[in-house]
Formats: sequence, structure tokens, C-alpha cells
Amino acid sequence: MTGHLSEPLRACLPVREELDIVLARTCARELARRGGFPDAATEAAATAISEVARNIIVHAGMGEILLEVVKERGRRELVVLACDRGPGIPDLDRAMLDGYSTAGGLGLGLSSARRLMDEFHVVSRVGKGTVVTMKKWAA
Amino acid sequence: MSVPVLRLGDVLIASIQAALTDRDLLQLRDDLSDQVGRFRARGVIVDVTALDVLDSSAIRTVRDLAHTTRLRGARTVVVGIQPEVAFAMVQLGLTLEGVATALDLDEGLALLRQEDA
Ligand SMILES: Nc1ncnc2c1ncn2[C@@H]1O[C@H](COP(=O)(O)OP(=O)(O)O)[C@@H](O)[C@H]1O
Ligand SMILES: [Mg+2]
Repeated sequence: MTGHLSEPLRACLPVREELDIVLARTCARELARRGGFPDAATEAAATAISEVARNIIVHAGMGEILLEVVKERGRRELVVLACDRGPGIPDLDRAMLDGYSTAGGLGLGLSSARRLMDEFHVVSRVGKGTVVTMKKWAA
Repeated sequence: MSVPVLRLGDVLIASIQAALTDRDLLQLRDDLSDQVGRFRARGVIVDVTALDVLDSSAIRTVRDLAHTTRLRGARTVVVGIQPEVAFAMVQLGLTLEGVATALDLDEGLALLRQEDA
């Protein structure tokens, strides 16, 4: 229970198979714990990470997740980047809607990740890939 | 990794692990559905205590499991949703849609017995 940021709280994780999803959220929890995040914020972030990691596997095949706890304007934030070089998302507005899925899923992944995090941003290019950037604030 | 299904009288109990793949889960659904028929189970308890998140894919799985076993004639109760997990679910607006839930195994069993009476 330090709450200090004496060491870099950072990780870069490959996402290739379903087990990597579990690893990504376990790692995020550990970083959040060391960064002094409250449980509710930590669990919200873990769930959102699970969604974007699964999207990498289901929709892009593989990619990676970068996690970092940073201090921004006096506040600690868990920054999550989920990147892949998959097919990209042609219609991002639709993809963000509750219930929209091109893969027979519930279509709630992106929309709920956005609700669970404090900041959420997607950049996607068809044929190039997708980067989801999300942040959870410690307070 | 396959999921062991325990049998307690006419109730089947399956515990879902965090690291299950989609294939494991489909397998579990088929196993459960099969065993409900074979053992004439009246109830099924799906224990999700070991799940560290209930993201949209886990929700769909649990819902599918419950619907399948219900169609086979067994009451189905999901137990062991952790408080933090429940909190994230509410934020998500994710629900188990008509699937009965109970705090833990004991309560789940009590609920099934109650419905039998
Ligand atoms: N990393 C990605 N690469 C390509 N397409 C994606 C990616 N993530 C999401 N999508 C697209 O956005 C849609 C909505 O995603 P999501 O809300 O997670 O629902 P689901 O995964 O259940 O389909 C997906 O069906 C898919 O078409
Ligand atoms: Mg998804």
C-alpha cells in the first residue's frame, strides 16, 4: 500500500490468446494497487481492459496492451493503450453503440469500456489497425 | 481446461474459472445440458466466485448457460458474484436478464429447495 510513484508503474503486454486477457487485467490490478487506486476504480478499469483485450483477439487477431500509472495535473491516472494492426473499424460511431457487433457478440464492449473509464478515445484506420486509449483517474 | 461438474442430489454445480477459453465454455454448456438430462437434475448452480470480472463476454456465457439448462428443465441459479464485480456490472448496464442469482452456494441451494417446495 505505497501510493508513491517511486518506480515506473508500467507494463507492455502482448495479446494473442485468451489467457493474455486474464494476464492483462491481473497486471492492471497490480499497477492500480501500487498506484493507490480505490477498488471500484481498479475493477472498473480491469473490466474495460478485458473488453478491449478481447476485441483485439476477436476482431484483430493480435496486438498489445500498454499500461501505465502517471501523475497528471496532480492526479494519478491509469493509462491504457490497446493497439493492433488488424482490419480497423470502418464505422466507429456505430461500433460505439450499445448492441452493435459484427461478430455475433453482445456489442457492449466498446460502449461499456467507455462508460467504465474516465477518458476514452479510439483511433482506427481501415486496413491499418486500431488504437484505443483510455484513462481511469485515481480519485 | 475443462470444468468439473459436481452432483449434489438432483443439483449440478459448475464452477467457472477466470481463465476459461470460449471453447471450454461451450464444452461446459454442452456437458451441463447433457448431464441435466442424464441425471434428471432439477437444479443447476453456476458458481462464478472465481471470475475476477464479468465483462460482456462472461455475461453472455453465463446467460447462455442458464438459458440452456433452463430449457432442459432445470432451475438455474448463478452464485458468487463478487461485490466489486457487481458494481462494475451495474456501471456497465449489464444484467443477467432474468437469471436468478444468490450470494453463495448455500443460498443458491436454499433458493432451489424453496422453489421445489
Ligand atoms: N480492435 C478492433 N479491431 C477491429 N474491429 C473492432 C475492434 N474492436 C471493436 N471492433 C468492431 O467494433 C464492434 C463493436 O465492438 P464491441 O462493442 O466490443 O462489441 P463485440 O466485441 O461484442 O462485437 C465489433 O463488432 C467490431 O466490428
Ligand atoms: Mg467486444
